[in-house]
Amino acid sequence: MIEFRVEVGSGVPPYRQLVDQVEHALRLGHLHVGDRLPTVKEVAKRLVINPNTVLKAYRELEHKGLAKGRPGMGTFIERGLAGLPAEQQAELRADLEKWLATAHQAGMDSDGIAALVATVLHEFRPEEN
Amino acid sequence: MTQSAITARNLGRRYGRAWGLQHCSLEVPAGRVVGLVGPNGAGKSTLMNLMVGLLRPTTGELELLGERVGPNTVLERVAYIDQEHSLYRDFTVREMLTAGRVLNRRWDDKIATDRLAELGIPLTAKVGRISGGQRAQVALAVALAKQPELLILDEPVASLDPLARREMMSTLMAAKADHDCTIVLSSHVVSELERLCDYLVVLDHGRVQLLGDIDELLEQHRLLFGPAVTEDLVSAHQHVLHREDLNGRVSLLVRGIRPVGDPSWQVQRVNLEELVMRYLAMPSRVAEEVFA
Repeated sequence: MIEFRVEVGSGVPPYRQLVDQVEHALRLGHLHVGDRLPTVKEVAKRLVINPNTVLKAYRELEHKGLAKGRPGMGTFIERGLAGLPAEQQAELRADLEKWLATAHQAGMDSDGIAALVATVLHEFRPEEN
Repeated sequence: MTQSAITARNLGRRYGRAWGLQHCSLEVPAGRVVGLVGPNGAGKSTLMNLMVGLLRPTTGELELLGERVGPNTVLERVAYIDQEHSLYRDFTVREMLTAGRVLNRRWDDKIATDRLAELGIPLTAKVGRISGGQRAQVALAVALAKQPELLILDEPVASLDPLARREMMSTLMAAKADHDCTIVLSSHVVSELERLCDYLVVLDHGRVQLLGDIDELLEQHRLLFGPAVTEDLVSAHQHVLHREDLNGRVSLLVRGIRPVGDPSWQVQRVNLEELVMRYLAMPSRVAEEVFA
């Protein structure tokens, strides 16, 4: 089961945050095909957010083919997101951890690292390399 | 649902010489959770009082759920909770429910009793003796038992502590999921509304400054930060709504997403609070041009 969170103030609409979190969980293998998403009411009550926001997020997931609503039963994960096999993910993760240790030793804090990663990722164009 | 929950055309209300609300035209689709914001004296309470029939308009028209507001019309489909959570303090909770049943044709006792049982509020308690948070919950239970199609709350949590605020809003959001009604919430704490509302109406000096679907509003606006020396070059290609000087740098609120083309400028998303504050800082005239 996924635990949603919503942060206000970032300017990212809350429904987008929910969609991103489902995609994220699918990529990392925390959610699988057939898993049921919490009901609109559960999410609205727990996170104290507008149920329309949850509905909008679930509609968007359906539109992307990632989830499907079954009347009276709930919304279920319909399709996974092509992630790498667990082994390969673990290898890449180990490389990343090595790099993080280097950055940390060089004196960068986690905010600095996050900003650097975000910038490089933003400017990264694989097809040009 | 494609029906409109609130339609106002040139709605205005004058108090003596001063206008509490003026030239107010809006159309809010049914099913939304509407945030009504603005500083004190902006016209929020005037608009709400017009909606629940406590005030009559000086100019224009107001329709709720497709019906003109007036006695014995749409008002039995509307519930209203004011800032004081007006309840009879000498009544027990059960007596409040009895009063509700007598006064409302569409009353459903079970909606209120289930809700109060879930919250552990005893029906035998005197309304004047329970906590402010519980009183707010009783007011909400009474309002929901009327099975309103439109629920209007004037600063519903202003008097509550943070935990009671959260519980009240959590109950309200769960209720919205159960009964698909339109909700109007007024507040002057904008940051609180970002998670609760999907439609925004900003009032200032008795006029509508900004309105629309909140996600769309956030998508349509950006903040640009950059050096003041290149401001003219950059703003020539942007639709600038508001500018702020910050020691040799400027911050521009722009509408529409166009390339900036100058790497010394940063483009950022705007959050709801920043958006509302910037609109409130604009002269009224500008806001009207944009949304005419």
